[in-house]
Amino acid sequence: MPDMVRIVHYLNAFFGGVGGEAEAQTPVSVHAGALGPGRLLEHALAGQGQVAATLMCGDGYWAEHEETVVQQVREHLQQLKPDVFLAGPAFRSGRYGLACGRLCLEAERLGIPAVTGMHVENPGSDLYRSEHVYIVATEASAVGMRPALERMVALAIKRARHEPLGTAAEEGFLPRAVRRTVPTGIPAAQRAVDMALRKWRGEPYTSEIAVETFEAVPPAPAVSNPAQMWLALVTESGLVRKGNPDRLPSAAATHWAAYTIAGMERLVAGEWDAVHGGYDNTAALQDPNRVVPLDALRALEREGVIGKLDDTLFVTVGNIGSLNAMKRIGAEIAARLVQRGVQAVVLPAT
Amino acid sequence: MGIPTVLATCLYTVATRVGANRIVRGGRFHHPFGAPEKPLAEEYAWRRQFVEQTIRALCTPVQQPTVFDVE
Repeated sequence: MPDMVRIVHYLNAFFGGVGGEAEAQTPVSVHAGALGPGRLLEHALAGQGQVAATLMCGDGYWAEHEETVVQQVREHLQQLKPDVFLAGPAFRSGRYGLACGRLCLEAERLGIPAVTGMHVENPGSDLYRSEHVYIVATEASAVGMRPALERMVALAIKRARHEPLGTAAEEGFLPRAVRRTVPTGIPAAQRAVDMALRKWRGEPYTSEIAVETFEAVPPAPAVSNPAQMWLALVTESGLVRKGNPDRLPSAAATHWAAYTIAGMERLVAGEWDAVHGGYDNTAALQDPNRVVPLDALRALEREGVIGKLDDTLFVTVGNIGSLNAMKRIGAEIAARLVQRGVQAVVLPAT
Repeated sequence: MGIPTVLATCLYTVATRVGANRIVRGGRFHHPFGAPEKPLAEEYAWRRQFVEQTIRALCTPVQQPTVFDVE
């Protein structure tokens, strides 16, 4: 446990004192000791640590040379070997927030605890919280510099000393897509009833699980001429070829599979498995068309009600899927669909 | 612009909450396009009606998560 915590601090050129937008093209430089807000940071440390070095880079340079900056910062960190890496705070500055988030992620990958600070609406917040980066919640502007640095320092000291951390709300960082098991000594049923009673009495209560919020997706325009549309089938039902050649898991999938259905009039029982662990697959195995209705869609195709059914069936398992994994899988499949020229999708979900 | 997509599920409240824009309600959790309690021919006729409803959903302009029922 280090008595004196050794810190490396990252700043953009503006906060580093080089100047404003005109100097945003400043490449990475390293300075001994604290710079700009780093001095306030040292004050907040109150003798528990010191800023060994400051890394600085212009936000414009970052935006245009992200991988170069990452490489250089990694090299500096490997050389400087800090106990903890601090970046920003970036408040609501977009490019600065993206740099702080990414560099903290890189420091963590090198085994160096990292902490940054930004406003919840900074684009770096959503992107790097989901990568489990510690981001202290700050005001939208540098008016909130002092409290931001104080909270960042408090968290950084704990992390440098490998002390146990409280919840996101207790420590003041933005929830970072991590759930921990916490013993409470009270069974879940009793806690649930207690919470329900508090709610019923109009007393304050706190949910134990933050409800995930979902971004609103603008609806795609309607198909104007179904007789000409190119339609594809995508499913999260885990309906896979017999033997599960792509090894889709029964839950918490992180990948997807594609199977040809070219020339098939229907999905034939015995040729398909249903590996999704969240439902009874008896009826699906007896007749896989009960999950993916190829037989009925082929009839519509023959009759000219729909234009053409795509030759590929895209499959993943939605059971206990993490939002991030599902988002990525969705984006990957969507990219394939766009590439193929698919115009509409039917998605059976179990 | 996006690709119009229709989600076929019996869990239409979950689908609505997560923001799927075109939802066709029907079937069962274990087999959205199946009705194994029906004789085979009837089950197929029902499935076909369900599939036709998914096509209608794709052809209907929507502004927000919308549930289409199979009649």
